[in-house]
Amino acid sequence: MDFLFIIQQTLGATIGVNTIIFALAAIGLNMHFGYTGLLNFGQAGFLAVGAYSVAVSVMSFEIPLFIAFLIGILNSVLFALILGIPTLRLRADYLAIVTIAASEIIRKVARSATFNDLLGGSDGISGKFGKDFFDLNPFKSGLETSIIRFSGNDLWVVIVGWAIVAIITFLMWVMVNSPWGRVLKAIREDEDAVSSLGKNVYLYKMQSLIIGGVIGSIAGFIYALSRQSVQPDNYSTALTFFAYTVLILGGAARVFSPIIGAMIFWFLIVFIEQMLRQAVTAGYIPEWLIGVNQVGQIRFMLMGLGLMLLMIYRPQGIFGDKKELALDARA
Amino acid sequence: MQERNSNSADFFAKVEMVPGAKKMDPILVADKISRSFGGLTAVDVDHLEVQRGAITALIGPNGAGKTTFFNLLTGYDKPNKGEWSLNGKKLNDMPSFRVARLGMVRTFQLTKALYRLTVIQNMALAAKDQKGESLLRSLFPFTWRKQEAEIRLRSEEILKKFKLIDKKDDFAAALSGGQRKLLELARALMVEPELIMLDEPMAGVNPALKQSLLEHIKDLRTQGKTVLFVEHDMDMVMEISDWVVVMAQGKIIAEGPPKSIINNQDVITAYLGAHHDTELDENSESMASKNSKGGVSQ
Amino acid sequence: MFTSTFSASAALLTSVCASVSTVVKIRDLIKKGELLVVKKNSLNTISIFKKATYSLVFAIVASIFSFGVSLNSATAAQENEAVIYGVISDKDGIPLSGIKISAVGPDGFENQVATDGQGAWQIVTKATGAYEISIDEKSLPEGQGLTNPERATVKVSVFMLGIDLAIQFPIGVGVVKATRLERAPQLALDGLILGLIIALAALGLNLIFGTTGLTNFAHGEILTMGGIVTYYLSSSVGVPVIIAVPLSILITAAGAGWAQNQYLWKPLRKRGTGLIAMLVVSIGFAIFVRYFFLFIFGGDTEQLPEYAGQAGLDLGLLSITPKSIITTIFAIIFLILATLWLLKTKMGKASRAVADNPALASASGIDVEKVIRSVWILGAALAAYAGIILTINQGVSFLMGQDTLLLIFAAVTLGGLGTANGALIGSLFIGLLVQLSTLFIPTELKYVGALLVLILILIIRPQGILGKRERIG
Repeated sequence: MDFLFIIQQTLGATIGVNTIIFALAAIGLNMHFGYTGLLNFGQAGFLAVGAYSVAVSVMSFEIPLFIAFLIGILNSVLFALILGIPTLRLRADYLAIVTIAASEIIRKVARSATFNDLLGGSDGISGKFGKDFFDLNPFKSGLETSIIRFSGNDLWVVIVGWAIVAIITFLMWVMVNSPWGRVLKAIREDEDAVSSLGKNVYLYKMQSLIIGGVIGSIAGFIYALSRQSVQPDNYSTALTFFAYTVLILGGAARVFSPIIGAMIFWFLIVFIEQMLRQAVTAGYIPEWLIGVNQVGQIRFMLMGLGLMLLMIYRPQGIFGDKKELALDARA
Repeated sequence: MQERNSNSADFFAKVEMVPGAKKMDPILVADKISRSFGGLTAVDVDHLEVQRGAITALIGPNGAGKTTFFNLLTGYDKPNKGEWSLNGKKLNDMPSFRVARLGMVRTFQLTKALYRLTVIQNMALAAKDQKGESLLRSLFPFTWRKQEAEIRLRSEEILKKFKLIDKKDDFAAALSGGQRKLLELARALMVEPELIMLDEPMAGVNPALKQSLLEHIKDLRTQGKTVLFVEHDMDMVMEISDWVVVMAQGKIIAEGPPKSIINNQDVITAYLGAHHDTELDENSESMASKNSKGGVSQ
Repeated sequence: MFTSTFSASAALLTSVCASVSTVVKIRDLIKKGELLVVKKNSLNTISIFKKATYSLVFAIVASIFSFGVSLNSATAAQENEAVIYGVISDKDGIPLSGIKISAVGPDGFENQVATDGQGAWQIVTKATGAYEISIDEKSLPEGQGLTNPERATVKVSVFMLGIDLAIQFPIGVGVVKATRLERAPQLALDGLILGLIIALAALGLNLIFGTTGLTNFAHGEILTMGGIVTYYLSSSVGVPVIIAVPLSILITAAGAGWAQNQYLWKPLRKRGTGLIAMLVVSIGFAIFVRYFFLFIFGGDTEQLPEYAGQAGLDLGLLSITPKSIITTIFAIIFLILATLWLLKTKMGKASRAVADNPALASASGIDVEKVIRSVWILGAALAAYAGIILTINQGVSFLMGQDTLLLIFAAVTLGGLGTANGALIGSLFIGLLVQLSTLFIPTELKYVGALLVLILILIIRPQGILGKRERIG
């Protein structure tokens, strides 16, 4: 068993691109669910909107990358509005179902043959649409140490990505600790009470949806740029559910928790996968029980199991306060 | 037994004791409000006027439509038809938050203290026109810090009056049921309302706190506010209300000062049933006189 | 390999569940100080050990059984090759055999294959690179053609050996297009059948929501289990499909119904877990189960060994296969029986009472836990049958449940969460909507249309068609 390789892979994953993407997706969900109590199960849709906006703008319309980002944010706001206007008046369960429906609509349209020319169908869009971004990279040689390794492009994405995470987290912190944030938290507790005090609940929910959604779309930017490709099936409901796992793991309604949650999540996933893979290849685990190609499936099984155990035994996550959670009449 | 504000006697001196009676200076006027669910008519109020600066009680047996009526007036439900106005301003089709902003604030039968917020946060939340509540300004604390400090001060003053100041940093969930009721009332005051609608403020409150609540409500009248409350606790109704409105089966069946209501035949019938006196035997007369003294116990 | 892995995993899972629950029970008893006091609570300790013994015996028997039976399934990819594969079936999901597929690849690689009796084809590649897979449209039968004729050739990139790739060639109505009016009756019939399938699953989901408040995101996997167990029984164990079906319903009702409630949801309810927390748990459970199915069953869509390629009876504008007729008739019978159960039997009425007001029902002497147990068993049985119908018609895959789940939710939401009749009406509506929408939009987007309509209806009528508006205050 090559432990050095395992460590390299695991450390790389813990601060790598996937962590950044999931951290941002979870920060967005934190705004929705953690602070406002909105059961948005369509976060994957926001990532898809961001990713596709960038890819399509650059590849099909030859729009400069940084303008494409602005288009992505605009589309994300639009999506939030389209999603929010009808649904924010609905009960929580209904909102969950409708948001899943919306994100599945996006995915199915994106992978459809009908829109193949524009959106690439089930193969998606690949190409060097991140060229403008990667040209700015001053670390083209990447990072080579014994315990961690990044290619030039990946290193740049990781550095810029974490900078973005830091800025957004800071802004979140300011917003959430302001009177505006207080209204959100109150809405999470009881909407009717808040409206009886003269606040326009609908407006606040919409603002929260938009902000959390835009953050999700930025995660989509990074997803698209890092791989220089956009594949519709990557933006399925599983992505949303794992973003929730990350959020709950860290402890919802704490500003830092999505980041810590994402890091722990990917650490565990990659660590377990690498261990399993090597154990199977080396023969410690018999082939009839787990084939080499089934390690990925085991990984998903463990993710599902992990989410269950998390919700059952430690729903407040790592940083949450069990007492505070116990006070919530609904959950 | 009753301490009346001298004004209240003037208010109601010339008012007829009939359902839908016109008041001298109504703050709230409602016309032909009706709400049906399927085949069931929950509310069918022909006319109601609520006198400014007085405490009016809305009573009636369970299922009379009192809370539904509250919901309709405050924008939490839509009537099938009807018009009502606050200070002359039409409230039809107005969403509940706008109604609150105009000065008509309500509380709820099941307390809606915001559990995971602290007491002081509950209070600060209620303040009106907060600059910091705008999304854009929230990003720049210097724009709202000063106002926030003022709000905190005002909150603490009210909390001191309600004797909740020691609990200001506790989660609202840590308060007892009665304390939560006090908090809800205190919080409603932060909104600086003109008309306060209390939905069963005494429900589930222990006798010690009841007196405290009563004093606070009377204090509202002293401050010039108008109070409309729904209650089943007849002691409270008798003690502090200036005027009583009785609902049954969705309609207003009687109006008048508290004393007149107890002996009102229609009211007794509504609570006890139409043939309440024919089924009883010789004891009926003593039963009837007992009932007329302290109101109906449920 | 399929059988042995399946049984071994099943045995493993069962013994794990049994041991965990035994350990938990023992821990509880120790906590309460009752295990060591062999007096009045010796009944508890005896039943614990009874349960532990039974589960152990079962686990041992199952493992022996699994090692005794072995069967070779289709080869999973080995490490030095990558298989590009697919299944060609027509718009009704009936497999098409003898369709020619050709491949062109790097270094002059060329290959031609034809689909087998199950509509399956595969091309084995031994080098990474870009391949082009083409379908020979001329080999398609009359009246069948690609939904997108421009996608007769698909580019595929084999980037790593040891990983298989699936390609789809969706088949639609074909070159000869009937008019909308002519197509409508067939689509309406298909829609009604789809609606009935959804209704079977939706009824259970609704009952579970009504009695326990749980929005069960793992409901779709019950359908998948029904299909997989039927497949396993009929193809590996060799039971005729007609017997496999009711057997599968029984097994799934026990495993995915009774067992799920007993070992997962009942303990959570006793702990006082909140509804939203349980919702998230059901999501995690769905993911776990789905990938477990992938693990033991593989990623292919498999057809049952019998009835797979049945021809439809031509009734003028309508065409329907005999298997469809029979399964649909049984679906209607089951739905009627379930509705009668709800309305007439004591248990059925009790479950409606619990759905309305659990505390009151319990205070009236109704054994709420018993009601919930029956609801889970019934719901799982119905969902299993729904999965079986889908399997008979178009085969079973590990994703079958997930694909249908969204439609089930749409149906239940549309009908009004918690209302019994609402589920049926919503299901038929969604089924018809999904199929009839293909008159106006491409087939691949038919779910999109249904979901859009769902969202639209919820804007206008947030409580669904039959739901009641909630009272505030």
